[in-house]
Amino acid sequence: MRPPALSRWPALAFFAAMAAAGPLMDSFWQSLLTLVFFYAYMGLSWNLMMSAGLLSLGHALFLGVGAYATAVLIAAAGLDPWLSLAAGAFLAAMVGSALTWLGARFSVRGVHFALLTIAFAELFRVLFDNWELVGGTGGFFLKAINPETNRPLATLRGGTLFFYLAFLSATAGAYFIIGRLMASRWGYRWRGLHADEDAARALGVPALQSKVLVVAISAGLAGVGGGLFGLMQGSLFPDSVMGVRVSIDILIAPIIGGLGSLFGPIIGAFFVVPLMEFSNVLAQRIGFFGLNTLINGMLILAVITFLPDGLWPRLIALARFRSSARCSK
Amino acid sequence: MTSLYHNVISGGILIGVIYALIALGLTIIFGVMRLVNFAHGEMVVIGMYAGYALWSATGLPPWTLAPVAALLLFAMGYLLQKAIINAFIDRPQHAQFILFIALALIITGLHLLFFGPDPRPIQIAESMQSYAIGSIRLDVVRTQAALMAIGLIGLLMLFLKYSTLGASIRAAADNLIGAQVIGIRVRRVYAVTAGIGMACAGAAGALIAPLFDAQPFLATDFTLIAFIIVIVGGLGSLMGALVGGVMIGVAEALAALTVSPALKTVFSYALLVLVLLLRPNGIFGEPERS
Repeated sequence: MRPPALSRWPALAFFAAMAAAGPLMDSFWQSLLTLVFFYAYMGLSWNLMMSAGLLSLGHALFLGVGAYATAVLIAAAGLDPWLSLAAGAFLAAMVGSALTWLGARFSVRGVHFALLTIAFAELFRVLFDNWELVGGTGGFFLKAINPETNRPLATLRGGTLFFYLAFLSATAGAYFIIGRLMASRWGYRWRGLHADEDAARALGVPALQSKVLVVAISAGLAGVGGGLFGLMQGSLFPDSVMGVRVSIDILIAPIIGGLGSLFGPIIGAFFVVPLMEFSNVLAQRIGFFGLNTLINGMLILAVITFLPDGLWPRLIALARFRSSARCSK
Repeated sequence: MTSLYHNVISGGILIGVIYALIALGLTIIFGVMRLVNFAHGEMVVIGMYAGYALWSATGLPPWTLAPVAALLLFAMGYLLQKAIINAFIDRPQHAQFILFIALALIITGLHLLFFGPDPRPIQIAESMQSYAIGSIRLDVVRTQAALMAIGLIGLLMLFLKYSTLGASIRAAADNLIGAQVIGIRVRRVYAVTAGIGMACAGAAGALIAPLFDAQPFLATDFTLIAFIIVIVGGLGSLMGALVGGVMIGVAEALAALTVSPALKTVFSYALLVLVLLLRPNGIFGEPERS
């Protein structure tokens, strides 16, 4: 289960080059790549849970909790944006820990755990739909800011370049944090739980602790992503940040890119997001509603059928690192 | 006041029977192949559109078209299993989930292509009529749909109990290796089971089409309702799907009346969370065999 890793320097060079290229791009490319890094980042977070064998079909819950907490604390409580973002991540981590603790405490495993994540996400979505303080179905809106006097690093809001760099740095940060974690003893415990939970327990892996920790980190990261996403959008609706569809959109990039590999979600996002945007535009041009959904589905079907390990291990293999790619199973 | 409750409860039972038919399809697929069909709601929506298309072509009352929709979806399920799903039976669970997510997206995309995003209502004279039994008034369309659903469920139960193929399906669900040992052709059983599962969804879709206007995005709601029912009843349990379906139908109707229509699903999800935690194999489910 050892992921085919990209060593540190090429990854660092990649992120640095992407950052340097930011100001040179026009706003179309900036917003497209912002979306790419948003999904890459969320995919990294999702993939972390998967590395411990926990299939999350409710990742929108963590995104949504982070997004709402950050936006509400800034708009209603006037809290510092950085603190609000941290508080959003903390709350998302708490929700994730509680869910996992309950699930592990009552030994909910496999399919049932995946269903538990959907159940929680939907429960929260319906509650937020009916919670007046956060605007209910009508949505929660942030006040517009004056771009002339705005200092992006203080308000955490800005133009397309700011959010491009924000999601790029978030992705780079998550990449190196998760890389570190996977090489630590916790990483080995998580992979052990994924490979065979009973065997891992028999070897003394603290299953409950390990699961709660991995979900807390994954949910915390997703909470930061949600917080930034909310600040970028300026408006939040329960359905658009917590709906089942959001959870599904999050898991497409890591699956296409390569489950369990560190660079997979990033490659996956680079492949999937432009394709989606392109098919969206095409669908509108020729009036073929559903074209993007159809392409999305066919693509996942093709990858899961023909490339069960995703694109990244295959790319590595093409680059003749055959031996490391074979180890992913 | 009591007659209001009677009406709401009986309306809930009628919808619940159709929910039960949907859930039956999901549970039978899980029972035999250990696959959770995440695209089940999309298959219900195929049935809705089939019902709509057949109704607009023939003008026959929608409930009589359910068997046709069932046959159509049986064929689709059979072929889909042979062509795609069969390769995933021994794959890890997340791969199976993702396969069905992909199928769900493809089906929704095709629905949008052929029918567009707007709802397709079925307008018939009976929509406004109701039967009166004592103080209870039963909506005509719902009653017809529920009776048809009961008929189809009965047929399926008879098939499973008395036919040879039905017996081999039960055998494969009960003990897969044993079934293979005594020479049951498991691949055929799988394909037939997938067909039956989809036929249940399709028939229920055709029956429900006059009640909820057919629309691609209803699929997620149906998938989630079916999940709630089979988890509450026990994944793989036929009895659980039937009782669970009626229970959820009545619970949602009562919650919509006494609390608020918007919050009715909260109760279903809360119930789902509780059952998952306290009795993950459901009320009628047997403990998982390893």
